[in-house]
Amino acid sequence: MTLSIDIKGVGVHYGRTVAVENVSFKLEGNKIYGLLGRNGSGKTSLLSVLASFRQPTTGEVLIDGKITFENAEIMSQVCFIQEHGHMSDGYSVKDAIKLAASCWPNWDEQYANYLLDLYQLSQKKRISSLSRGMKSALGVTIGLASRAPITIFDEAYLGMDAPTRYAFYEEVLRDYMEHPRTFILSTHLIEEVGNLFEEVLILDNGRLLLQEESELLRQRGVTITGPAERVDEYVIGLQVLGEQTLGRTKSVTVYGELSQERVNRARTDGLELGPVALQDLFVHLTKKGGEGI
Amino acid sequence: MRLRGDDVFDERSPIYQQIADQIKADIVSGVLQEDEQVMSTNQYAAFYRINPATAAKGFQLLTEEGILYKKRGIGMFVSVDARQTLVQARKDRFFEEVVDRMVEEARQIGVPIADILNHIESRKEGKGQ
Repeated sequence: MTLSIDIKGVGVHYGRTVAVENVSFKLEGNKIYGLLGRNGSGKTSLLSVLASFRQPTTGEVLIDGKITFENAEIMSQVCFIQEHGHMSDGYSVKDAIKLAASCWPNWDEQYANYLLDLYQLSQKKRISSLSRGMKSALGVTIGLASRAPITIFDEAYLGMDAPTRYAFYEEVLRDYMEHPRTFILSTHLIEEVGNLFEEVLILDNGRLLLQEESELLRQRGVTITGPAERVDEYVIGLQVLGEQTLGRTKSVTVYGELSQERVNRARTDGLELGPVALQDLFVHLTKKGGEGI
Repeated sequence: MRLRGDDVFDERSPIYQQIADQIKADIVSGVLQEDEQVMSTNQYAAFYRINPATAAKGFQLLTEEGILYKKRGIGMFVSVDARQTLVQARKDRFFEEVVDRMVEEARQIGVPIADILNHIESRKEGKGQ
């Protein structure tokens, strides 16, 4: 089942603090989306609204064309996993799994058991006795085994150590290919997970900076390296995101696709064109005092 | 991650381009034979830990170039004349990419062209390295 998501002019205010301001976008679904933003950019507020954990101050959220808030039928299709889960500490892992199984109609018990084994989580353990990494692993297990048509991980995996996180990324990819559905992963650690995303959205100061297919976004970033004066001349008319100098060599990061004529000119000018990692592009686009795009 | 690429001009090499280059290199070296089935986009995606849509883009590039063809419901296969096409393309670029670069390098470090010619001559006759 493909469920589209339609966010229309959503704002989230806490008293006078504006966490999310007039954000609109559409997700057609059945893709792995990355929601990128610095700490405090509004990712969690936006996702909480998307998952109906919170009512937006302005605007509305439509899933499959229907208003989501207090719509139980739609909400059983959405699984929202946060790092600090909603499970009471008095529960055991087994209780948490049982509860999850009753919440999501597509719950796959066999898959849940497989994941519990993978993360070496004992069903008998009390949630209060779990380490941060183990709590993350439990959240991730519930999110994956829910097989909810819309599954959202809000930095839910950041508590896990690196090998466990990589195992999680592999699991998301594998299960997505076997059971295509919508995943939304929020993160500021883009380097690790960036290649998983088909599409990315970047939030900055509560506003949507961009929504783009990740391969297209990657191609928009180019570094130009060479003798400083030739580089300076070359980048005239291009949108410069940042620059670095080493002796007489200069490296400039620009945003925007280069025309074939420009690419050829770099060659004749003896300048080197290089790719920009998604993480670097993100840092440039969202740095303080940056001009944005 | 930088794989063997045959496109040495453009350093801006997205992952899907690298996948396409890898497949091309395998066809040229004979690892992949004509009419042989290529691994699926999902297999590539799992191997490189990338989104399958990204892997699919690499495949799309190769079908557009006529290197691969699709059998509906089965998968992607190497075109019959793929190797010949790729080898010809490399030959076409040989002087520009290999010879011209070598001459430029020789000029910068002061190796006379005559020495290069002598060296090539000596290799041709199989005398010394």
